[in-house]
Amino acid sequence: MGSASSGGTNPQTPRTPRMDMMRFATAGSVDDGKSTLIGRLLYDSKSIFTDQLEAVERTSRDRGEDYTNLALLTDGLRAEREQGITIDVAYRYFATPRRKFIIADTPGHIQYTRNMITGASTADLAVVLVDARNGLTEQSRRHAFLTTLLRVPHMVLAVNKMDLVDYKAEVFERICEEFSAFAARLDIGDLTFIPISALHGDNVVDRSANMPWYDGPSLLHHLEHVHIASDRNMIDVRFPVQYVIRPHAATDAELHDYRGYAGQVAGGVLKPGDEVMHLPSGFTTHVRRIESSGIEVPEAFSPMSVTLLLDDDVDISRGDMICRPHNRPAAAQDIEAMLCWMSSDAVLTRRSRFIVKHTSRTVKAIVTDLHYRIDVNTLHRDEAATQLSLNEVGRVRLRLTQPIFGDPYSRNRITGGLILIDESTNATIGAAMITEAS
Amino acid sequence: MRPDYHLSQLDVLEAEAIHIMREVGAEFERPVLLFSGGKDSIVMLALAEKAFWPARIPFPVMHVDTGHNFPEVIEFRDRRVAELSIRLIVASVQESIDAGRVAEETGRHASRNRLQTVTLLDAIEEHRFDALFGGARRDEEKARAKERVFSFRDEFGQWDPKNQRPELWNVYNTRLRRGEHIRVFPLSNWTELDVWAYIEREKLDIPSIYYAHDRQVFERDGLLLADNPHVPRAEDEPLFTATVRYRTVGDMTGTGAVSSAARTVAEVIVEVAATRITERGQTRGDDRVSEAAMEDRKREGYF
Repeated sequence: MGSASSGGTNPQTPRTPRMDMMRFATAGSVDDGKSTLIGRLLYDSKSIFTDQLEAVERTSRDRGEDYTNLALLTDGLRAEREQGITIDVAYRYFATPRRKFIIADTPGHIQYTRNMITGASTADLAVVLVDARNGLTEQSRRHAFLTTLLRVPHMVLAVNKMDLVDYKAEVFERICEEFSAFAARLDIGDLTFIPISALHGDNVVDRSANMPWYDGPSLLHHLEHVHIASDRNMIDVRFPVQYVIRPHAATDAELHDYRGYAGQVAGGVLKPGDEVMHLPSGFTTHVRRIESSGIEVPEAFSPMSVTLLLDDDVDISRGDMICRPHNRPAAAQDIEAMLCWMSSDAVLTRRSRFIVKHTSRTVKAIVTDLHYRIDVNTLHRDEAATQLSLNEVGRVRLRLTQPIFGDPYSRNRITGGLILIDESTNATIGAAMITEAS
Repeated sequence: MRPDYHLSQLDVLEAEAIHIMREVGAEFERPVLLFSGGKDSIVMLALAEKAFWPARIPFPVMHVDTGHNFPEVIEFRDRRVAELSIRLIVASVQESIDAGRVAEETGRHASRNRLQTVTLLDAIEEHRFDALFGGARRDEEKARAKERVFSFRDEFGQWDPKNQRPELWNVYNTRLRRGEHIRVFPLSNWTELDVWAYIEREKLDIPSIYYAHDRQVFERDGLLLADNPHVPRAEDEPLFTATVRYRTVGDMTGTGAVSSAARTVAEVIVEVAATRITERGQTRGDDRVSEAAMEDRKREGYF
């Protein structure tokens, strides 16, 4: 780093090995024992602090509850504690020697679907909770569907409250079979079933002695060991240009001509010397150098934030894309997408207009077709539907004022996802996942 | 996959924070970074330096100065700002009091903590800031655990926790109407331990009071408060010398010290990793008001 800095990265050890990071979302209602499960994971990994626990115990006592209500730990808003439900995503943190975990604790109620989607959008794994006594419910099917819609790469179906069904293998197996039949209609990458009791800790951190018939891992063991690094797209080079760095230092000859393209790698591996193509121009050049705050790095891949220096002076600005000449995203003005509508003030219909933000590019869009609305509980497709209202999901066709450089969401969650913004209120009114771009 | 495609949690957190800062640099007209000289804002400033390197950080920093700060921290603040050649805006709570915008609290528990909100919102209006970087982390407190990375504030500076903009992937809605602004929290996903690990890895300079030192203190409500000119002591609150460090840095009037022998970052990390009490619970008087103290202050426009 520059001489003005008191810090500076040591070039020999830019990356610390060992611990990595995993984001997982939990879906389910308080009744399914979601908060108890999270409380258990935090407690057993020593991530609940004594003063937090004391506050929860005090509040539980004040309300006349005869047990320590761990849901009070995660439901952080006044309204949530008053109503006893989760309204919005809460983020929780814990670490084991192997991994740092970010839990997106998402609400289960259908009226907060948009908040669940927020939590699922960045998750590497989703834990869908089912109450062993009730088996699959409409809600668990919805959670599994939304998890798949957002392409969370790994799913765990945690069958909770096994203690209340006498730890019977038959109950667990029946739910697994039922879910597998349902899951066949979804495209789930990796699915694991784990029987647990969050209240008693069975199979949460340690393997349970109460279920000798189960020979799989505990939930925490699974979370620690599931392989997530290969979920990132390391094949298709995608570098959305986020910010052009031009120091304008007239007095410093070295900086005078500096022109760096800064951004977060969205896919593939970039190396110095690579031939790259700029979109929309189609101009090709080579990567001269890749920097991370002035220090040269040998390669860049997702999700690194780096600065690219190119061989030729090309006119590149924010919203452009850098890729490989023989592996380009579609420069699409018409896109087919699965869309979740998130506005309570308006409905989506054919001809609805809004702003679309896709990576670092913002354009306007109009709905040219609504193919069908999908019932998020039953997966039934209603092709006669003429509108989507709050929390409804449908397949649409959008026409954009300018092309975006997109990929199918199934191939890349960053270049395949976009948000919708209301032109007059500036509210975020939806999210869409590209199925086809042309 | 080759093993060196591995990224540590600090690499991922750093990449995320830099992306957030560049997004603000690109999409807002008048951003500012809230810099108190505390450890979180020090990390944030270091990340801003990286995000725009070799160009200068393209926004000023602002300190909401209660007038009750630790002198070591103010000295650090001024030194750091001079090193980076960036502009420092000081929004003064004392001036808000002198101008009659707020009234000084009285009594034994008088604090300027809550008054800061008015000073902050006035400064936002005066300078027409549209984005403010804050160093708050979601692991600090349960209302913060609910907050978005890009957190919308209406024209009154208020946060509406029940109506937050959905925030998907790394795509942030930055659109505003005049008079509204966004609070941006690049360290949302960092824990206290991550911050310390980053300070160690990047060899960041921090104010001396974060390390163990001998200090004249007195005990009040379970907190070890520094002997300071702003808080009159009662007769049953004798001064004594203790070896302490600060786990958080706020006002001298409400920030407690912790007993510690940690004189290096590595030693602090060992202590933080072993502690069973949260940093705010251990050191902040302002959070002890009620279960929803933070949520209530945040709704009004607090940091």
